[in-house]
Amino acid sequence: MSRWIVDHLWFVPAVPFAASLAILSLPNRRHRSAAALAVAGQSAALAMSFLAFLPTLQQSGFRAVQNFTWFTFGDHALRLGWLLDPLTAVMLMMITLVGLCIFIFSIGYMADDKNFVRFFAYLSFFSGAMLGLVISNSLLLLFICWELVGLASYLLIGFWIQRPSAAAAAKKAFITTRVGDMGFFLGLLWLYGRSGTLLFYDGGNGCLESAGLATLGAAVTFIALLIFCGAVGKSGQFPLHVWLPDAMEGPTPVSALIHAATMVAAGVFLVARVYPVFSLGAINGVTPSLTIVVWIGVTTALMAALIAIAQADIKRILAYSTVSQLGLMMVSLGVGGVAAGMMHLLAHGFFKALLFLGAGSVIHGCHGEQDIRKMGGLRRLMPVTFSTYAIGMMALSGVPLFFSGGWTKEEILHVTAHWPASSLPYYFLLAGVVLTGLYMTRQIIYVFFGDRRADSQQAHESPSVMTLPLLTLAICVVLFSIVLTPAWPWLHDYLTATSARVELAHLVQPTLFLSLVLVGAGFTLGIWIYRKAGIQDRQRPDDADPLEFAQPRLFRFLENKMWIDELYSRTVVAFSWASARLADWMDRNFWDRFVRGFGAIGQIFGTFAANVDESGINAGVDETTVGTRGLGRLMSTRHSGQIQTYLGVIAIGVLALLVFYAWLA
Amino acid sequence: MTPTLQAFLIVSVALFSIGLLAVLSRRHAIFILIGIEMMLAAANLNFVAFWRFSPQSQSPTGVMIAIFSIAIAAAEAAVGLALIIAVYRHYHTTNVDHLDQLKG
Repeated sequence: MSRWIVDHLWFVPAVPFAASLAILSLPNRRHRSAAALAVAGQSAALAMSFLAFLPTLQQSGFRAVQNFTWFTFGDHALRLGWLLDPLTAVMLMMITLVGLCIFIFSIGYMADDKNFVRFFAYLSFFSGAMLGLVISNSLLLLFICWELVGLASYLLIGFWIQRPSAAAAAKKAFITTRVGDMGFFLGLLWLYGRSGTLLFYDGGNGCLESAGLATLGAAVTFIALLIFCGAVGKSGQFPLHVWLPDAMEGPTPVSALIHAATMVAAGVFLVARVYPVFSLGAINGVTPSLTIVVWIGVTTALMAALIAIAQADIKRILAYSTVSQLGLMMVSLGVGGVAAGMMHLLAHGFFKALLFLGAGSVIHGCHGEQDIRKMGGLRRLMPVTFSTYAIGMMALSGVPLFFSGGWTKEEILHVTAHWPASSLPYYFLLAGVVLTGLYMTRQIIYVFFGDRRADSQQAHESPSVMTLPLLTLAICVVLFSIVLTPAWPWLHDYLTATSARVELAHLVQPTLFLSLVLVGAGFTLGIWIYRKAGIQDRQRPDDADPLEFAQPRLFRFLENKMWIDELYSRTVVAFSWASARLADWMDRNFWDRFVRGFGAIGQIFGTFAANVDESGINAGVDETTVGTRGLGRLMSTRHSGQIQTYLGVIAIGVLALLVFYAWLA
Repeated sequence: MTPTLQAFLIVSVALFSIGLLAVLSRRHAIFILIGIEMMLAAANLNFVAFWRFSPQSQSPTGVMIAIFSIAIAAAEAAVGLALIIAVYRHYHTTNVDHLDQLKG
């Protein structure tokens, strides 16, 4: 059974791919068939993932690979393969389960869209690409799926292609991630050049096994950092995070998919997958590449949390919270807590999908309004959305005990506190926790509390096809915490291949109180600052934010995303434009001369050849033809058509021959 | 007076020359055909004469060739006359001076 599932693990991504192709061949109005196919494909992938999950439960540290040769060149064979281990298995479960909820939600959310069929084709494609990424046992196959994920995100972010901002956001996402992928590809080539294989595990010869790692030598830091470039692009880490908030231009289910199950999870997953490359030669758990990972993560986490405070778009706040949480995961990976980072990734997948779908439900209920200042008082109009959203919000903020996000966040704080290199990241992360509580309180007060503001009069609760996925995800968010507690750290031990024991005494830890205090501080701060905006009433949508009132310049700085987009457009983009112009000018005024010079030489030769032809060769040919024709004309006059003349000539000829022979004899 | 080979050859040459003269000088196609028949008769006469005066005149080789030749000449005359009739139907003339469409 377990062998069968390893041999056929490729079914898991293949089924959504096949569903995607089938949906693409449907006519545009077959909404029901498209949705049914997509959901069926995703359900089948979920069932397969569950089958793949079972063998990893039975045996601690289960790892099975299936490799095959793609093609051979010379005496080198390029081999690909897939891999089943706990990391892959939990990712498969999370992606298919969250993906299925999002697919079902989309049926309601996209019901009125003209391009419903195309949307579901892209969704299935996205899911298939991501599933292919997590089962890869080869850095090359992973890279291929990685790029397919990038393509799918491009198609979906720019799904409303009639909106110029959506098209621009799609391009921005694609190009920004491409910058990181360039580094990833270089790292991949370097790794291949050193180790001669791109397979992760190959019975002792893979590049992540000790023999393969030994070949990397001093280059390992650079290879790790180049691969990390890809993760920076994909997971929206500073300085390549700019595409992720813009990706909000896509339909909300797409945002949920990008932020929870697919796309951004890929970067964290990549680092976790090739972690042996990062941690090779670690002294006390610290390597140069991991240190850089930590600091990038810290910068991202704190910066994004600050920016999130000043955003007004309900989805943009969530987008920056994703950036911030991904930074947190990177810190966790960097300080050595791979299991903690992956646990937070999984928990984040559930609650961020819940939050985005909740936001989608709010937007759907408010008829497309996304500005939180124009909402308000929705808790009475949309009770299901409100309660599930609150669960997601508390999980994101890290409220302990009942919400999965709280446990994983504590775990990350715990491993970060014990990082030997520096204790600064720990304090930064503590500040990040407070900020997360603050901006989520702000958002929820604006959206759900207070009086109804501008556009929320006609708000309505969403249909059950949208609320059911919300409820499912909310239950998952809460139930998931069972396997995360320190009392029974099942998931942690499952990922690190140790056996879990129930020890209730471990349930209460110092970090539990610490995070309780921090989250409480964040909530209190939020409620205190925004008490006028929500709890008390009479605020107009165009009134200044309380923080803007207190610190207008700082608020504007944060509202404009720390001017990073502007900085890029002044530097990188401007530089690209300038070099393009320079290249254009060089082309027109400098290289053109060479080209024209060569052209002139060609023309001279051509003219010469033409002259030789005209005057020398042509004359001879002409003369020959004239002579031939003249001769022919002359000869033809002898053909009189008079049969008796011919016979006479023959007779004379025969006579002449006779005379000649007689004379000879 | 016993006939000699020479006498036969003289007759044959005379026949051939008369035939050739007819072929080269007459304008009417049928007369040209007759001339050709005369030249053929001269050749047949030569065959028979040379056979008759040869040392081995027991087997009738020369006569046989002459008989075959006459049979073929009959066929040739039939084809030639048919051609002349076809030409006449087409051009309404049998004067070979006017049948000069194959000139260059």
